[in-house]
Amino acid sequence: MSQALNNLRPDLSIIQHWVKPNSEVLDLGCGEGELLSYLKAEKGVRGYGLEINPDKITQCIKNGINVIEQNLDAGLANFKDNSIDTVIMAQALQAVQSPDVLVDEMLRIGNQAIVTFPNFGYWRTRLYLLLKGRMPMSESLPYNWYDTPNIHLCTFKDFEQLCHSKGIRILNKTVVDDQHNEHWSIGLWPSMLGETAVYHISR
Amino acid sequence: MPAQIPADSVGIISPKIQRFDKPLTLRSGRVLESYELIYETYGELNADASNAILICHALSGDHHAAGYHSMDDKRPGWWDTCIGPGKAIDTTKFFVVCLNNLGGCSGSTGPTSINPETGKAYGPDFPIVAVRDWVRSQKRLADFLNIQQWAAVVGGSLGGMQVLRWSIQYPERLRHALVIASAPKLSAQNIAFNEVARQAISKDPDFHNGRYMDHGVVPKAGLSQARMLGHLTYMSGDAMKEKFGRDLKADELSFSFTPEFQVESYLHYQGQKFSTQFDANTYMLMTKALDYFDPTIDHDGDLVKCLSQAQCKFFVASFTTDWRFAPERSEEIVNALMQADKDVSYACIESENGHDAFLLPIPRYLDVFSAYMGRVEADIPASSTRTQTGESS
Repeated sequence: MSQALNNLRPDLSIIQHWVKPNSEVLDLGCGEGELLSYLKAEKGVRGYGLEINPDKITQCIKNGINVIEQNLDAGLANFKDNSIDTVIMAQALQAVQSPDVLVDEMLRIGNQAIVTFPNFGYWRTRLYLLLKGRMPMSESLPYNWYDTPNIHLCTFKDFEQLCHSKGIRILNKTVVDDQHNEHWSIGLWPSMLGETAVYHISR
Repeated sequence: MPAQIPADSVGIISPKIQRFDKPLTLRSGRVLESYELIYETYGELNADASNAILICHALSGDHHAAGYHSMDDKRPGWWDTCIGPGKAIDTTKFFVVCLNNLGGCSGSTGPTSINPETGKAYGPDFPIVAVRDWVRSQKRLADFLNIQQWAAVVGGSLGGMQVLRWSIQYPERLRHALVIASAPKLSAQNIAFNEVARQAISKDPDFHNGRYMDHGVVPKAGLSQARMLGHLTYMSGDAMKEKFGRDLKADELSFSFTPEFQVESYLHYQGQKFSTQFDANTYMLMTKALDYFDPTIDHDGDLVKCLSQAQCKFFVASFTTDWRFAPERSEEIVNALMQADKDVSYACIESENGHDAFLLPIPRYLDVFSAYMGRVEADIPASSTRTQTGESS
């Protein structure tokens, strides 16, 4: 089990702690199904991943994952209220048309939700903008401003403000640094030192 | 026609015919006392008969899904793009069975067969068979072949409807269901197209209320019109624009009513070809089976309740420009399966080829289809003994 956990992307290895064994999961933007594969094998979790990238869909199928071709921007009206235990969206919030609507939808469908996104308030990002005067680019944000899929970048504070305005409860939150580690020092100043935000939320 | 058989072909194939003398009570209440099914097989059945794939054909299909009947054949079987060594349905791994459905005109008992009660061809007296009747007869063929559980049942369009029916009618008899370019039931628009096709056939003076064989004629004009209508609904507007545009056969307009545009000429050719190969009563009957199909009818119209009975895993695929069996219709199936907590994967494949796409070698389609067939292969038990289950009829 530990080997499987080590192979998981860091934000995903944090997420898995908050998913109950034998529960049902919906993974929005599931990629090649890494998280669902892990949850299925190690926690007996059932569920579906939604994805729009053809190659990733094929890879999910090769990985034995239930994958549904569905564009998150077209909504999630095909899922019923409270039909899923946990709705997860890892590193996709910043790329959707209406993040606020989608967060509402996640908590309509799921009893709880888990969201991860790149922190635009990360110190390197701030420094980039301050010193270069240009839209920050980095390993995790490798695009130019005009061709980036990340159209709704936000900081931790922005996201918490959104949750607050919608009356969404934050059950857990954590951050990982540019090495994707959960390091104690980040806790000193998370909004500055954390590169990726991981939020566990519910109504 | 093939100068030599391609390496990825199943090669020269001979169909087999199996007779069944156990009466088959149909959905209509009528009984077929005995009947024959013609079928082809590709690949080798393994020792415990666990690698068998059933292919269900669509409206105008038959048992000849892959390979050639002789070196004189102009074209291989109708799904040769997907069935063969190294193809999506890999015949080096699977034993593939494809039969002509009851009511067909390619060798299984149908309107052109002799009615034992009269000594003459059934013609319009052949009972209207439903999708569930086909599935029941297919299950009897499975019993005959000692296949207790299909590794997968696969079909496109009307074939996909048979796959859905299999999943709820004999849930323990298949591990995977592949439903391609299909729908949980026809829309009003689809039924309307079928009715126009049937009217074209039945209003042909040579139709003689379906007894054209007695008169030594064939309602070619009607059948041709029906096929032209069907064919154009299987294409997308974009594909027709790409293929024909407004191209003329001649250099200038003739100001007459003869076919002048390339698209007209193409449709005429398709219609005429079909009218010499296909039986009009079969066309009438197959379109009725399409119209009648609604597996929710026994479940208060509730597709979730209906599909809850299934035990297999599902793969559903649709094509973006298919307006006859649109992606939304496949998504109805997918959503119902998810609500019923079934294992399902779904791909909506970008294609400009309309409904025809499911027969064409579209790279992404073949990739995802092959990937899913990899899962079907992975689920073949190493070696096992399974209990036999009986038929309910």
